[in-house]
Amino acid sequence: MTSQLQQKLAAGDFVVTSEVCPPKGVDCGEFLAKARVLKGQVDAINVTDNQGANMRIAPLAVAALLVREGIEPVYQVTCRDRNRMALQSDLLGAAALGVSTILALTGDHISFGDHRQGKPVFDLDSVQLLQTISTLASGFDLAGTRLNGAPSFFAGAAAAPEAEPFELTLFKLQKKAAAGARFFQTQAIFDPDRLAAFTTAVSPLGVKVIAGVILLKSAGMARYMTLHIPGLRVPDHIVTELEEASDPAAKGVEIAARLAAAARRHCDGIHVMAMGREELIPDIIKEIR
Amino acid sequence: MIVSKQKPLEDILASLDGHSRVFLVGCAKCATVCKSGGEEEIWQMQESLTSAGKEVTGSVVIDEACHMLRVGRDLRARKEIVDEADALLVLACGAGVQSIAASAGKPAIAGADTLFLGNIRRFGQFEQRCSLCGECILTETAGICPVTVCPKGLLNGPCGGMDQGRCETDPEAECVWHQIYQRLKEQQATENLKKIAPGKDFSRMLKPGKLKLDK
Repeated sequence: MTSQLQQKLAAGDFVVTSEVCPPKGVDCGEFLAKARVLKGQVDAINVTDNQGANMRIAPLAVAALLVREGIEPVYQVTCRDRNRMALQSDLLGAAALGVSTILALTGDHISFGDHRQGKPVFDLDSVQLLQTISTLASGFDLAGTRLNGAPSFFAGAAAAPEAEPFELTLFKLQKKAAAGARFFQTQAIFDPDRLAAFTTAVSPLGVKVIAGVILLKSAGMARYMTLHIPGLRVPDHIVTELEEASDPAAKGVEIAARLAAAARRHCDGIHVMAMGREELIPDIIKEIR
Repeated sequence: MIVSKQKPLEDILASLDGHSRVFLVGCAKCATVCKSGGEEEIWQMQESLTSAGKEVTGSVVIDEACHMLRVGRDLRARKEIVDEADALLVLACGAGVQSIAASAGKPAIAGADTLFLGNIRRFGQFEQRCSLCGECILTETAGICPVTVCPKGLLNGPCGGMDQGRCETDPEAECVWHQIYQRLKEQQATENLKKIAPGKDFSRMLKPGKLKLDK
């Protein structure tokens, strides 16, 4: 299977991706209902991998359900819970199930989640995972043994445009590109100028940039996320804007739409994190579609 | 040194349930430095056990408790008072507990939890810097170990949770890759940060570790 996301980005289309959190349990009804609402609105849907180190159904399983629905999944793979054998075998399984796009991640530390006494694996890191994807695509596993059928993925990686010091994160982004990352999906951005500086800095890498836009529902949620979500820091002026709004939820949509519109000319696509309010995504992206 | 920490007294007493006569063993090396099982702690333990109604038949602080032959010799030298005890309470690291358990001929109770191989910052303050991984990369990382100091053991730079040079797991802690970056900048060697580190060879730390020097 060829990645449609890859084809659209290659054609110069401005893409929109979103994400839906896989359920905790086997009932995928609500998950699929949300995904079906997004079908036609977005170009691909990320399925998160035990996000925030909270145990949920395998993203590989729900990615396969999306493939069956004719929706392109971006299968998120983290290094926290599986060693190099399990990662390779899941990647082979994903390819066999028609998954074509991967987001290779290190993964939030296990101490953030609901299984804090579990053993954090981190046998590989995100750069080595990208190398692994390239190695599998070449027809071999990490032990050098020939595969009976090689997977072909459109592989991407995460980036944090507003993290400091930027030079230090840039070293790692260069490695991710060298290891096979063809797109970056970024952490939520709040400053379009920082995004512009980021895309300029990474443009020599030839990697497509899909900028993260998050839907904030209230000032309280913004503060909570700054404290508890790794790599996410909502600036004070946005918190104040939410705090002073008579309808914070509507203000959150307005802020997200504004950031998406401002990001439009600095990147190749937008990744909308709607935090469970996926029905509002059309409002967020209406100006850029 | 090996950093260990005495278990809570109530846990020790629970482990000693059914053993009324106890022989105490400490260690003159690491457990003395981190105050989990030196002379002073052995004496305090004797007081606590006596107050709790136990009889302490005697004690020894072995130099050092992980030395299997020396442990055998020191316990034999005190055979009489060791024999009087129902159990031995060992205030030393897990290596010490095991050499004593092998020689004692009666139950050895572990009175401490073994934490890590630690550097000593100052008196009573220890920090883990080395994970005994069997494949040292410190030459490439400015003498700072990401295998140990990064909670994820990342070899290719900071994760997405790093911000303002801080670690995602502890905002008080500096990201180890930030430390490495700063030191490499001082040494004008940030080129090191461009090299992709391959997946670590975990076969170098397969358990149990063994080393036999050639004669």
